[in-house]
Amino acid sequence: MKVGVVVFPGSNCDRDMYHVLKDVFKLDTKYYWHEKPLPRNIDAVILPGGFSYGDRLRAGVIAAHSPIIRDVQKMADKGIPILGVCNGFQILVESGLLPGVLLKNESLNFMCEWTNLVVENNSTPFSNQFEIGQKIPIPIANGEGRYYVDDNTLKKLKKNNQIVFRYDKVVNGSSYRIAGVCNEDGNVVGMMPHPERAAEPEINPADSKPSTLIFESLLTKMGASN
Amino acid sequence: MSLEPQELDELKSKIGRNPTSTELQIVAAEWSEHCSYKSSKRHLKMLPMKGPLVITEKGYDSGVLDVGGGYVVTAHIESHNHPSAVEPYGGAATGVGGVIRDILSAGTRPIAIFDGLRFGDIEKDQHARWLFKNAVTGIADYGNCLGIPTIGGEVEFDQCYENYALVDVAAVGFGKKENLIKNRAKKGDVVVLMGGSTGRDGIGGSQFASDSLESEDRSAVQIPDPFIEKLIIEAILEARNQRLIHALKDLGGGGLSCAISETADALGVGIEMDVSKVHTRESDMHPDEIMVSESQERMLIVTNKAKLKKLQDICKKFRIGCSVIGTVKSDNQMHVKKGQKTFANLPTDVVANATLLDLPSKKPAYLKEIEKEKKLRPISNYSKTLLKLLGSPNIASKIWVYGQYDHEVGIRTVIKPGRDASVLRLDNGKFLSAKIDGNPKQCYLNPREGAIGCFEEACRNVVCTGARPIGMLDHLQFGNPKDPEIFWTFLESLRGLTDFAKYFKIPCIGGKVSLYNETPSGPIKPTPLIGVLGLVDTKPLVPQRITDGDCIILVGKTKDELGGSEYFEYIHKFVGGRCPAVDFQSSRKNMKSVLDSIKGDLLKSAHDCSKGGLAVAVSELCMTNHIGCTIPLEKVPGEKLDADRILFSESHSRYLLVCEKKNIQKVKKILEKNKTVFRQIGQFSGDSIMFEKGKKPIINLRVDKAQKTWVNSLRDLVLHG
Repeated sequence: MKVGVVVFPGSNCDRDMYHVLKDVFKLDTKYYWHEKPLPRNIDAVILPGGFSYGDRLRAGVIAAHSPIIRDVQKMADKGIPILGVCNGFQILVESGLLPGVLLKNESLNFMCEWTNLVVENNSTPFSNQFEIGQKIPIPIANGEGRYYVDDNTLKKLKKNNQIVFRYDKVVNGSSYRIAGVCNEDGNVVGMMPHPERAAEPEINPADSKPSTLIFESLLTKMGASN
Repeated sequence: MSLEPQELDELKSKIGRNPTSTELQIVAAEWSEHCSYKSSKRHLKMLPMKGPLVITEKGYDSGVLDVGGGYVVTAHIESHNHPSAVEPYGGAATGVGGVIRDILSAGTRPIAIFDGLRFGDIEKDQHARWLFKNAVTGIADYGNCLGIPTIGGEVEFDQCYENYALVDVAAVGFGKKENLIKNRAKKGDVVVLMGGSTGRDGIGGSQFASDSLESEDRSAVQIPDPFIEKLIIEAILEARNQRLIHALKDLGGGGLSCAISETADALGVGIEMDVSKVHTRESDMHPDEIMVSESQERMLIVTNKAKLKKLQDICKKFRIGCSVIGTVKSDNQMHVKKGQKTFANLPTDVVANATLLDLPSKKPAYLKEIEKEKKLRPISNYSKTLLKLLGSPNIASKIWVYGQYDHEVGIRTVIKPGRDASVLRLDNGKFLSAKIDGNPKQCYLNPREGAIGCFEEACRNVVCTGARPIGMLDHLQFGNPKDPEIFWTFLESLRGLTDFAKYFKIPCIGGKVSLYNETPSGPIKPTPLIGVLGLVDTKPLVPQRITDGDCIILVGKTKDELGGSEYFEYIHKFVGGRCPAVDFQSSRKNMKSVLDSIKGDLLKSAHDCSKGGLAVAVSELCMTNHIGCTIPLEKVPGEKLDADRILFSESHSRYLLVCEKKNIQKVKKILEKNKTVFRQIGQFSGDSIMFEKGKKPIINLRVDKAQKTWVNSLRDLVLHG
């Protein structure tokens, strides 16, 4: 199974994500520079966190116009699993692959802390190993992490089961405490918290098992489709 | 910003003619205190700098330690005090940028940042609050964008920093030993300037930093761009992997003047450069400006012609500027041209080696009476005193600060900020523990013992994670060195650090001296800041949750040493008294005992006793574990003292060890074997922090109430005043 980690100028969680995919889950993982094409036979694409283009203009907005995004779009249309984490989520939102926007946190500060997520949708390629309502201890680290949608869109997201993860309490003022969403088909998922920072017991002060299920879900999905 | 008259005469006699205006600018920058260390250099040699793990190479801007398995750790410390006092956001941010490039210069990837911040009294002073808030944001925005975790530091407020700021940044790098850049250059090699464009920001920055801050010279403050720095890091490491770099140097204080002259001098070559090849931000810059601009995010690379194309391709990929500005010569001259016209042509050893000074020193008059104590106002309610201390800016939790720093990125952070020392996992299966500590209140009362105390405190913190100290960074910050009394405090601190380093065989692997730290109301208190790196070979002590019935042992003697304590200074507003002194032998025994207990896997937690003394240290354990504790003061080892002295003395070499009941005998055995002074002073239970004297409680404070004050007070102070 081939997984691609896309690297934009200013990505800074690419190496962490690569380590977890390659060394912890033993996946055939490769980096893809944002100006290079994605190969056709790739099985999943991850957009890692960081500060692409230094967050200039607005987080993710410049990277959303990178050449590789056209390929990501095509993969998304084909139903290939795509995960955007933190800045990757911001890029997916800015490129129109996911609904909503990410605004400055209510505190107006960058926030680095451990939160608890609650699983709302266990049918995506990144959440199929969870029980609904299961908790995930996981850290956030962002300045523009407040997910916002208007009321009508929120209704639509609920109706289509597009809300994947919610915080268990108010963290940054996100609409409906949303931490992660998916597209209508469910194959494109974006989340602000960092699963790659929580999937190893050594660095997870709480419980690393739930975060590993995000990656196990992908493995299961690929196993099923092979 | 020019040379002193005698320095000008000296320059003339060395080169045998009048210098050109460009030469004057170059030499003024390079001979400034900031770049040349002319006042301190001859004394810094007393520090031990060698050790079995230390790797030295010519021209390194950071210290290198061999941590085994073919890997090295690099470390460096810098300050950006003058710029931060004028423009805290940019000053602090570029402080991070500078030290990161020093780590990069050795060919290692930066993996951690530490910040030590000092400001005036933020409870009273709005300006101090503004400086603090913006310096924190500056560090956060820069470090977070780079994706380098800021994992530790300290914040302190003292009236002596009124209208001023000390912003110290340390950084740690990690890499393979075989990838270290071994600086070398030979005739015909090309000199490349990579990174951001050279502009008019930071002109004369190093001279600005080498004088008292009188006018707010904003143009001397550099402008930060972390995005370019991130691209430089990745480009340099890619070039390193392809072995394209022969020599590498960061552009910091003194800009090109410093980088060119120091590189040429260190490598024993000459460099001829053309300022018209430098990519500039503005088209009409004069050669003088180009040579001394301190624009950030620039690196000087020496490579050869065959490798140049590949280096340019990497820069093209990252879209960062890359100009071939000169060539390596064999004549030991620094030759600056614009097209065909020569603007400067100086011997590099003249430029790079200012004449060292031997400044006079004299014991300050104020020290004569400083140990005398005044009569303290009696305290009726110690619970209130403790609560007040827990909410005081110097003791309150710094979560408002480190919560804004990405301290997880890089997925190495095993012990997170907010504990004794932070711990990173390394690729060789070992763990790196690090901490920085300063204590100007104690250093003011006794510069020697105060400095040793900072050093020991940093060691204690590292030891609490199970690490043995392997290297030290010193950052010595003082006022105007031409004042003999100030210079005496510098020398005393340095001698103290040297003695401790030699006794414990901890090499000094890097450091920095920052002088002329003067505020409108006088010099700052002596502020040495000590960073200690420790190595854990197998498993660090990650603090485990303390539960009902766990035992608490106090290691070390509590003495009548309250000079410079938060109790004297914050509660009684009294500056004076006896400064805590470290007894080297007990210090060694206590360190060994703690490390042995951790190695035996017997402890749940180890915590050092420092600011606020025993009462605060016990409270911190209670608050972070949401559990109470009862301690009869009679059990505290040491001299017979009044209750307040036992509670709040800041004697060094003390540790709180927490273990399960079933392990207590084993821990005691280890401590006895090492002939350590210790006693089990209590057990964890209930929901109150209790201290008893003669079976009567003299402190009874609910843990939840204490915790709320401790966690929220700094944030509330910053946000709501």
